[in-house]
Amino acid sequence: MEYLLHIFVLIGIYVILSVSLNLIAGYTGILSIAHAAFYGVGAYVAALMALKLQTPFLSNVFCAIILTGIFGVIVGVPSLRIRDDYFVIATFAFQVITFSVLNNWVSITSGPMGLPAIPQPEIFGWKVSSHWEFLALVGVFAVLAFLVTRRIVESPFGRVLKAIREDEVFALAAGKNVAAYKVLVFVIGAAMAAVAGSLYATYITYIDPTSFTVMESIFIISIVIIGGAGNLWGSVLGAVVLVVLPEALRFIGLPNSVAANVRQIIYGALLVAFMMWRPQGFLGEYTFRKGDQG
Amino acid sequence: MSLLSCDSLTKNFDGVEALSGFSCAVKEGEIVGLIGPNGAGKTTLFNVLTGFIVADGGQASFQGKKITGKPPYQLARMGITRTFQILRLIKRLTVLDNALICFQNQPGERLGNIFFRWRLSARQEAANREEAIALLQQYGLGDKLHDLADALSYGQQKLLSMICCLSASANLILLDEPVAGIAPEMIEKILDMIKGLPAQGKTIVLIEHNMEAISQVCDRVIFMDAGEKICEGTPGEVRNDHRVIEAYLE
Repeated sequence: MEYLLHIFVLIGIYVILSVSLNLIAGYTGILSIAHAAFYGVGAYVAALMALKLQTPFLSNVFCAIILTGIFGVIVGVPSLRIRDDYFVIATFAFQVITFSVLNNWVSITSGPMGLPAIPQPEIFGWKVSSHWEFLALVGVFAVLAFLVTRRIVESPFGRVLKAIREDEVFALAAGKNVAAYKVLVFVIGAAMAAVAGSLYATYITYIDPTSFTVMESIFIISIVIIGGAGNLWGSVLGAVVLVVLPEALRFIGLPNSVAANVRQIIYGALLVAFMMWRPQGFLGEYTFRKGDQG
Repeated sequence: MSLLSCDSLTKNFDGVEALSGFSCAVKEGEIVGLIGPNGAGKTTLFNVLTGFIVADGGQASFQGKKITGKPPYQLARMGITRTFQILRLIKRLTVLDNALICFQNQPGERLGNIFFRWRLSARQEAANREEAIALLQQYGLGDKLHDLADALSYGQQKLLSMICCLSASANLILLDEPVAGIAPEMIEKILDMIKGLPAQGKTIVLIEHNMEAISQVCDRVIFMDAGEKICEGTPGEVRNDHRVIEAYLE
C-alpha cells in the first residue's frame, strides 16, 4: 500500500513539473531543457532553509519560488535574443551549470554527498509525515498548479501565448509585448518547478545533485511531449504513464540493475517513436517539428 | 494636419538604398495607393512605419507624435496596424480567435487580472467577442467563426487579416498587396470593404500592383522607385506620367 501511495506522490510531483513546462514549451513554444535545474534550485533552497534556519515549510516554499523565479528571469531574458535551437542550447548550458554548482559548492550544498535528514513539512501545526499525508499535500499543490495553469491558458493571456508560439511577428503586429510575455511565462514555469522541488526534498528527506541532471529535464520534456504539448490533461496522462511504466518493468521480473538501464532505453525509444509517428503526443495540439508549424 | 507624415526617411541594407529620403503626408480618411517596381522600397516603408525595421535617418510621425524608433507593439497600440505581403494569421486558432486577439483593450491579457479581476476580464472578453462576431458577419465570414483560420481560402484569409486590423481599432491601416493572388469575386469584396473604411474613420495606405484595383479605390497614388517618391497624384494622372511609364517599361 505504501508503495502504491509513493507512486501517487511521485505522479503528483511530476504533474506539477510537466504542467509548468507545458506552459513554457507547449503553449508558448519555448523549448527549455533547464526545467530540472529550476526543480533542483527549488529543492535545495527549501531543504537548506529547513535544515539551517529551521523555518516553516510554507515560508521555505515561498523563498524557493522567489529565488527560482529570479533564475527564471536570468534564463528567460536571453530567449528574447536567441531563438529556437540556440535557446535550447542556452538552457542546456544553464542546466549543466546548475548541476555543477550543486555538485561542487560543497560548503553549502555538501556536493555529491547530498543533504540528508531534511525535516518533513509542518503546516500550521499539521505535521506531514505519513504517505497519506504527503499524498494529500502534493495532491493539493498539483491540483493548484493545474488550475492556475488552466486559468492562464484559457484566458486572453493564454491566447497571446499561443499566438507567440505560432507567429511572433503577427503577435507583435497585433500590439503584444512579446518579450514581456515570454519572460513572464518563463518565470511562472520556473516558480512552479520550485514548488515541486520543495515537495520532493521534504518528501524524500534526502537530496543530491543527481536528481536534477539533464536526464531529469529530458524526462520532464518526455512527459510533456508524449502526453501532448499544448494540452494540460496530456501532461497529467504523460506523468502517470511515464512514472508507472518503469515500475511496471519491475513486475515483469527484470533484475533492478537491468531495469534501471532498460528504463533509459525505453524513454529514448518512446521519445523517438512519438516524434516520428505521433509528434503531437497522446492529446496534444502542438508539435515541435518545424515542417508541421503554420 | 496630416495623420501620417514621413520626412526624408532613409534605410540602407548593406549598401542598397531601400529608402533614400522618402517623404510623404497622408490625410485622415484618405485611401492612398503606393505603387512602384519590385525593390522600390514599398514594403520597407511599411516595416519602418510599423516598427519592424528601424530607419537609418529621417523621421515619421503619426497624429503629431514621433513614431520612428518605437517597437511594433507600441505602434500597434497607438493605432497603426498592417497586413503582410506573406499572409500572417494564427492558422491553428479559430477565425474568431484571430479577430479577438487583435483587440487592444483586453484586461484579460494581464496576469493579475485573470486571477484577481476575473469578472472584469470576462466582461470585456464577452464585449469584444460580440464586436468581433459582428465584424466577421459584416464582411461575410459569419459562418466560419469556429473554423480554423487554416481552413479558409486564401482570399478569405486575406479578408480575415484585414478584419484583424479593424478589431485592433487602428486609425491607420497599412495593407500590403491586399488583392494579389486571389479570385476575382473576392477582389470585389475586398475592394468594397476598403472603400467603406474611410466612413468608419479609417485611413488606408495600400501597396498593390493591380492598377485596376488601385484606380477603383484610391483617392491618391504615390509612385516610388529606388526608395524615393517619384510622383504623386490621382490614379489617372500617375498612370499617364511618363516617369511611371518609363519605370515599368525599362
